[in-house]
Amino acid sequence: MPDKPLYVLLADDDEDDRLIFKEALEDIKIKTIVTTVNDGIELMEYLTQDGVLLPDVVFLDLNMPRKNGMQCLEEIRNSPALKHLTIAIYSTSGAERDIEETFVMGANVYIKKPNDFSTLKKVVEEAMRINWQYHISGSNKESFMLSM
Amino acid sequence: MLFLLSNLQEYSMAVFMNILIKYDISLTCKAILQEQLEKLAIDFNIIGLNEIEFKKDLLPEQTELLKSFLLKYGIEIIENQKTALVQKIKDAITDMVWSDDILPNIATSAYLADTLNHSYGYLSNLFSEITYSTIENYIIFQKIERVKQMTISGNYTLTEISYQLNYSSVAHLSNQFKKTTGLTPSAFQRIVKKKRENRAAVSN
Repeated sequence: MPDKPLYVLLADDDEDDRLIFKEALEDIKIKTIVTTVNDGIELMEYLTQDGVLLPDVVFLDLNMPRKNGMQCLEEIRNSPALKHLTIAIYSTSGAERDIEETFVMGANVYIKKPNDFSTLKKVVEEAMRINWQYHISGSNKESFMLSM
Repeated sequence: MLFLLSNLQEYSMAVFMNILIKYDISLTCKAILQEQLEKLAIDFNIIGLNEIEFKKDLLPEQTELLKSFLLKYGIEIIENQKTALVQKIKDAITDMVWSDDILPNIATSAYLADTLNHSYGYLSNLFSEITYSTIENYIIFQKIERVKQMTISGNYTLTEISYQLNYSSVAHLSNQFKKTTGLTPSAFQRIVKKKRENRAAVSN
């Protein structure tokens, strides 16, 4: 893993979920810096600021007001500046159809929000680790799909 | 200050004039680095005295270019030796997994030890220390990547793929695929196909 912290951006409208997510990241072995935004509009504004430092991974809730995760995913994949970003969907739905649909739209990771904290830590750490593996091995990002 | 003045007087009596200089070596180096790095036109940060962070990965050509820029100032890019050996381990695994030949039946540990001239125990510990992962994990990662690429190409059946990559059975391949990606090979295939159709629809 890298010596410097990885930069993580989370878009989720639920305040509790944001807090728990941050705590989970603080608890894992991989060092991270986390920024959170409250919905899809904020996310896209954040990502398109001039000179913004782009995150190593974006965790994206699907159900958000104003602009939902699917719309963000589509905008990100259609933007030349952002399309290479690793997108991890972070959702309460575990329906196979939703999962496949997000991969078709270009998501790299699908995490069904776990009910307990230790599983959350485990899946988030695994997602970060696999993303790093793709990053350093120069493997084809196009085929990076991981459902947890 | 007085010392400096008297020195100058002394020198001024000679035909030649010498001046004394003093410099801040770290500032000098930083200025040189700054100048040379700007030629690459990639955003960077100079961290402390001997580390440079780039906002993007350098292409091999760019690294070579930078090496040549810096060489005339006696500045060298050092790659950590341990990191270099880990890279060799990865390269050896990649070569083996992505070869056109059918994956050999020999133990990977023996293959790596032979290829790299170190004991497997040493390689394995070093790999875990540097990558926080294991050699076994890395092999599975590369094998599943190859399975994906072969699936995407559409030219192979799962049976053929499992034979090529020396899985004991299709079931074993499917299980490892599911365990590694969370998806079944057929779901993966379906997703890739839909992605392609979407892209075709957009470009039409």
